[in-house]
Amino acid sequence: MTVEVIPPILRVDHVTKRFGGLVAVDDVTFDVKKGEIFALIGPNGAGKTTLFNGITGIFPPTTGRVIFQDREITGAKPHQVATLGIARTFQNIRLFEYMSALDNVRLGQHCRMHAKLWDSLFKTPVERAEERRVSDRAIELLQFVGIERYTHTYARNLPYGSQRRLEIARALATNPALLLLDEPAAGFTPQEKVELMGLVHKIVDNGVTVFLIEHDMKVVMGVSRRIVVLDHGEKIAEGTPEQVRNDQRVIEAYLGKQH
Amino acid sequence: MLRQFWEGGPRRDPNTIAYVVLLVAAIFFPILVNVITGGNSSAIMTIAADAGVYVLLAIGLNVVVGFAGLLDLGYAAFFAIGAYTYAFLASDHMRVTPLGEPIHISFWIVLLIAMFVAASFGVILGAPTLRLRGDYLAIVTLGFGEIVPRVFRNASSWTSGVNGISALDIPSLPLWLQGPWSGDAFAFVTDFKVISSLAYYVIMVILVIICVILVRNLHRSRLGRAWMAVREDEVAAAAMGVNTVAVKLLAFSIGAAFSGFAGTYYAGKLSLVSPENFGFSVSITILVMVVLGGMGNIPGVITGALLIYYVIFVLLQQLPEYAVNFVSSIGLSGLVRSSGDYPGIAEFISRLKFLVFGLILVIVMLVRPQGLLPSRQREQELHKGVHDEPVIEDVTAETT
Repeated sequence: MTVEVIPPILRVDHVTKRFGGLVAVDDVTFDVKKGEIFALIGPNGAGKTTLFNGITGIFPPTTGRVIFQDREITGAKPHQVATLGIARTFQNIRLFEYMSALDNVRLGQHCRMHAKLWDSLFKTPVERAEERRVSDRAIELLQFVGIERYTHTYARNLPYGSQRRLEIARALATNPALLLLDEPAAGFTPQEKVELMGLVHKIVDNGVTVFLIEHDMKVVMGVSRRIVVLDHGEKIAEGTPEQVRNDQRVIEAYLGKQH
Repeated sequence: MLRQFWEGGPRRDPNTIAYVVLLVAAIFFPILVNVITGGNSSAIMTIAADAGVYVLLAIGLNVVVGFAGLLDLGYAAFFAIGAYTYAFLASDHMRVTPLGEPIHISFWIVLLIAMFVAASFGVILGAPTLRLRGDYLAIVTLGFGEIVPRVFRNASSWTSGVNGISALDIPSLPLWLQGPWSGDAFAFVTDFKVISSLAYYVIMVILVIICVILVRNLHRSRLGRAWMAVREDEVAAAAMGVNTVAVKLLAFSIGAAFSGFAGTYYAGKLSLVSPENFGFSVSITILVMVVLGGMGNIPGVITGALLIYYVIFVLLQQLPEYAVNFVSSIGLSGLVRSSGDYPGIAEFISRLKFLVFGLILVIVMLVRPQGLLPSRQREQELHKGVHDEPVIEDVTAETT
């Protein structure tokens, strides 16, 4: 088992999230290892997105710890989490609709830019050079996800699939070590799903660890080495796709419904 | 390349035309006025220079409301702070305060000081309140806008209360250029006291140009993008690494800085400050200028400021006179005199002034809800459809 010696990039340690009396995530623990494609699955309302929000600081966990690259990030602000190297996409696409695709991706690089107020006010050579670098990088990323033809189109006017890809490009622009994808293939045709999984592999090949939430079992089984299954906020299984597929509790909670 | 052209590739900034028109108008306006009035242009130039104060204010408020999407209903407070800064630092007034010694700092230095003072107050107000969203922020700024003039009115041992502070220093310049446009021979003047309305006008145009360049630079920088992003979706912006509180605070204090800047100029020109000049109606007037001109677009808010200023301070003031002339010319001069409950046409129209103003606002907003010269984003939000955004830099030229 060579997989086991790879150090974890993200450790979710006994994380619980309560909203009043409702326990959305209940004492969940797992590791995401560096360089892998890790998947989180579970039926609707299982607490998957809540867990993502807990990791990225949007709704910090009630108890438990989140450790990223040996550093505790529990309760950190979303922009601090992003700056440390965790980027994410959203289940219901949240692009800056009235900004061009290019500007969306350039904004993603905000936390990696150094221009100060002074530089911006007077358009100093430093600022101009940085803006050029940022624009070049943005175009590269748009090409990387395959939507460069929409560079100057408002995000809201992009086709649905391209919007999902733009969100990935924008997240990659923050230069993350870990990329969280919240149902990146939702609403895709089977053909688009295959293409998307190709993109996910390309991202991992570039040294970014991918942690994704997915509904489509077939997609997850094909792409991930390890899977965690959540149901009613609890972790009910963890392991390789084969192990998960044959787990009795998973079949009952999740797969059972589809048969 | 051709495809790029068809898809609306590298296009010029449409604002370029607007900027050129505004600049040419600003240059030729004094000459034109001089010709029309036969060398007696001083009254009109004073009004024009005052309009410039509102242009500065509108440019500043546009940063807060148009760029960052924060509704600020107390913007006049920073205007007051800038004006009082000049009054304190450039008059004999400090002699009659507990301080006991007059302070006389040059107008040009106070311009900068007032910017920092107003920006600091922007931070003081913004830091605790910018965590609030939308409507709540508007109410807090509304309160601040009420408090500041009240403080200046009641702290009378320092501000001499309702009487205000008068006889402020007249700005002076080490060198000034005179010429036929002001009715004099062409000459350099040293140690020039800025008294003539033309001189104020020229200084105002230069200040506006500087401010437009700075704000435009900001708008096209990483900060400008962050403002746009925060306006569109705060959660997504934060998740992409934008410190939303810091970015909003910057918008707020930069906006305040412009207001302080305008306040100093206003005080220097009027040579008088009074707490009555910075009420709620000033905040609302500036907001109307920004919204009606085209939120988020600099030439738009400049146009809005000029138009609203003209309507309020020129057109509405002269309306009764126009009415008298009009009824006389169509042979109904009986309407001019008052009789019984009827106060005469001049007074009658004068009472309807703000009804007319309100009607003008309603009509403009119905005809052009996006503002006179809207920003692209605003236009899109109101006319949904497929549209290609033009290139901002030529980065794509090599890649496509």
